[in-house]
Amino acid sequence: MILSFLLFWPLLTSVFLLLVKLKNAKEIALFASIVELIASIVIISQFTKSADVQFIINIPWIRSLGINFSAGIDGISLLLVLLTTVLVPFIILSTFGSSEKRSSSFYGLILMMQMALIGVFTARDGFLFYIFWEMALIPIYFICLIWGGEGSGKITLKFFIYTLAGSLFMLVALVYLYLQTPDAHSFDIDALYSAGRSLPLQEQSILFWAIFLAFAIKMPVFPFHTWQPDTYTVSPVQGTMLLSAIMLKMGIYGVIRWLIPVVPMGVQQWGNVAIILSVIGIIYASCIAIIQKDFKRLIAYSSIAHVGLISAGLLTLTRIGMQGAMIQMLSHGIVVFASFYIIEIIFERTKTRDLSELGGIRNVAPKLASVFLVVMMGSVALPLTSGFVGEFLLINSLVQYQMIIGAIAGLTIILGAVYMLRTFQKAMSGETNKTTVGFFDLTSQEKIVLYPIVILIVAIGVYPTPLLEISEAAVNNLLVIVSDFSASVK
Amino acid sequence: MNALYVICGLGFLSLLAEITNLKKGLILAIIPGIIAATILMVMDWNTTIHYYSDMLVFDNFSVAYTTLILVISGVWFWMSGAYFKDQPHQTDRSALILFAMSGAIIMVSFANMAMLFLGVEILSISLYVLAGSTKESLLSNEASFKYFLMGSFATGFLLMGIALIYGATGSFAILDIAAYIDTNSFVLPGFFYVGVLMMLVGMAFKISAVPFHFWAPDVYEGAPTTITAFMSTVVKIAGIGAFYRVFSYIFFPVQSSYIIVLQTITVLTLLVPNVTAVYQISVKRMLAYSSVGHIGYILLAFISNSITSSGTVFYYLASYSITSIAAFSVLNEVEKNKGALGFDGLYKRNPLLAVVMTISLMSLAGIPPLAGFFGKYMVFTQAISNGYSGLVIIAVITSLIGVFYYFKVIIAMFVKPNNGLPISLSVSTSILMILLLILILAIGVFPDMLISLLSRK
Repeated sequence: MILSFLLFWPLLTSVFLLLVKLKNAKEIALFASIVELIASIVIISQFTKSADVQFIINIPWIRSLGINFSAGIDGISLLLVLLTTVLVPFIILSTFGSSEKRSSSFYGLILMMQMALIGVFTARDGFLFYIFWEMALIPIYFICLIWGGEGSGKITLKFFIYTLAGSLFMLVALVYLYLQTPDAHSFDIDALYSAGRSLPLQEQSILFWAIFLAFAIKMPVFPFHTWQPDTYTVSPVQGTMLLSAIMLKMGIYGVIRWLIPVVPMGVQQWGNVAIILSVIGIIYASCIAIIQKDFKRLIAYSSIAHVGLISAGLLTLTRIGMQGAMIQMLSHGIVVFASFYIIEIIFERTKTRDLSELGGIRNVAPKLASVFLVVMMGSVALPLTSGFVGEFLLINSLVQYQMIIGAIAGLTIILGAVYMLRTFQKAMSGETNKTTVGFFDLTSQEKIVLYPIVILIVAIGVYPTPLLEISEAAVNNLLVIVSDFSASVK
Repeated sequence: MNALYVICGLGFLSLLAEITNLKKGLILAIIPGIIAATILMVMDWNTTIHYYSDMLVFDNFSVAYTTLILVISGVWFWMSGAYFKDQPHQTDRSALILFAMSGAIIMVSFANMAMLFLGVEILSISLYVLAGSTKESLLSNEASFKYFLMGSFATGFLLMGIALIYGATGSFAILDIAAYIDTNSFVLPGFFYVGVLMMLVGMAFKISAVPFHFWAPDVYEGAPTTITAFMSTVVKIAGIGAFYRVFSYIFFPVQSSYIIVLQTITVLTLLVPNVTAVYQISVKRMLAYSSVGHIGYILLAFISNSITSSGTVFYYLASYSITSIAAFSVLNEVEKNKGALGFDGLYKRNPLLAVVMTISLMSLAGIPPLAGFFGKYMVFTQAISNGYSGLVIIAVITSLIGVFYYFKVIIAMFVKPNNGLPISLSVSTSILMILLLILILAIGVFPDMLISLLSRK
């Protein structure tokens, strides 16, 4: 019941905002997203820490094709639902101080996006998952297209076609799996799991690549990342936040839920290649980030590096790798949201994102500089920040997997420190110049957004256990399924 | 069957209206007439009555297709008020459309090759005239002439095919032909197969499958937009219906003799129009190519299994024609507005039109949860389950190309600077637009009723 509310409340408010043009749309959207946050808190309070799927909805939808409207929450889903419901109110809040007025449809699209994201994270029917997966693409496409900067048409079309290409191959793979289920076929997640596992290695390998492609494009993993920097740069900042903080987690979640348990043999066969691609992505993106002048682009590339580490750790199929991925998804979401918001604040005041033109912001805006310092620490994974827990677990899992890969992936911390500290130095320290001289410190509205985020970054870093506990049982269960399977094959 | 009488009766009524000076009330008579015909048709569900010594049969297949034809035609009359209002020869136009509709109904319910031929001719001859109905326009005249030449050429093939098959089997009745093929499948003469291929060519012309599609873009572009809308929806439904009846009901046992040809046609129909559409500047021409491209998906479902695909083909056709008529309605409104060129900045000029166009184009591109997505999904499932995974990969790639050209229009509507005055819509058009929007969403979200309608297993 409460899960239905979680799914349909944002949809209802979104349709309302799209149809009715209101002056105070942002207040309504904020209210809707806070109600959603409260609902998700209710879910946490009722959630029992076991591997079971809870809050199940299961309604027949298209009977003749064996498709059900089936959703439920386990520990893995819960963390991501929580990430979504926490960040969306902040994303909406971040528009409050902006000089540009956003129309009612803008907020409607954000809420529609929220509904689709929660749907992706909770769907337990292959077809439903696909529908939500695509539905998430439509609002973000229009947010980036209509409110995007110069050249948004071309860039967002590339983004759209790229991601759609991936998803269509995933659709073909899902249909193939569906046809392997026993007669009167079904898209139910368990039916697809057992259908996928019973396939021979060769077919599992093909399915692995077909499905992995969709997730790899979404994350994005090298070499499928070429849409990402341009799209992040051209989008309005709320679009970038949605894309980087939440939407790319769809790809990682997809790997956990719809790839590893479906074709375990395929993952074991080809996981190595995927890990190497991810690690290449880490180094490649970090190196490009070092030479970026555009602040937003720099964070876009750093995001590729962070996600590469998550996907590599995940595919080691170890408990610490998975748990590291879970916690790092949350941490990355929060940190990247804060980074983009700080960039937007600087851009609003100086009208530039070029690092070489900035400087000395610390002298005029010490509060902003301290907030940025904490966010940066989180990003480079300093101990006692949220980034540390995740990256430590992930790199640890990679070292156990293969020493050399772990060592190379570990470079991400050093390279990350290089580009982030360089950024801090260029933007914040030094002499105040003529672009930054009129800079004023955080307004109270900006503080409302940034201070809780800073607290979260530190709190997760100091005491991550409650979050790790939420997903632990579900992750263990998943690994048992995978290892049971490989044991039975051997 | 009663529906066919009503439609023919309405046709004669329109002709008489010219003499008796009842022009103004004509449309008011036609729309209730079509609604009545639709109701009469639905009442024939599950009856399967044969008429006129087995010349026509209204089984569930024909009832479903006829209902679709009637519904789409009703919507068509609703959207094309301006095509009739204050125009010369208004009654001729409506009479021709009504006769074309009756031809279409015969094409999906024939039980005899002679009726198939009659249906094709009634439909085509009306359309030859209608395509040239903007007499002052050179393009319209060209369209009419091209359509007539190519169409009669194709009819020749069709007729020759029917004659050869008659020669081999000794009958025009489809049940007799099917029975004869069943019992004598090893002693069929060579010219029988020639006949099948000639019928295939003739029908491929009518549904504008590649490489018999060259007439389509020019005719679609030259004809008045409302007629183009009619051609790319109602005529497509009739063409596919007839095609399906011929090749699934009659020639299925000898499928191995022409399946390679049909597979080649399918691949070409998927690839050529989708690639060509990318280079089009005019939205109308782009829609023409896209409508040819959609035939490719229908053929893909058809070749994968000509028996079990009936539900899929019907669903695809229904979703395609509803979406298409929505897109053409918007195009029609945009073209009426002479002050502004094209779709640039349409969102600022009229948000409703832009939203309807966006939703229809996204549905044509196959974005969930819209109707077009479901059609594509079912085609893919149908094809994969019959081992056509390779063709599905081609179809996936062509859908991606489709996204490219459909989204170019969407981008123009939302991003390009506004270059004209706001477009105002009449109340009835606004209602129609909202209705179509709801329909596209509804059959996308609840596809079950349409799918299970014609499932033959």
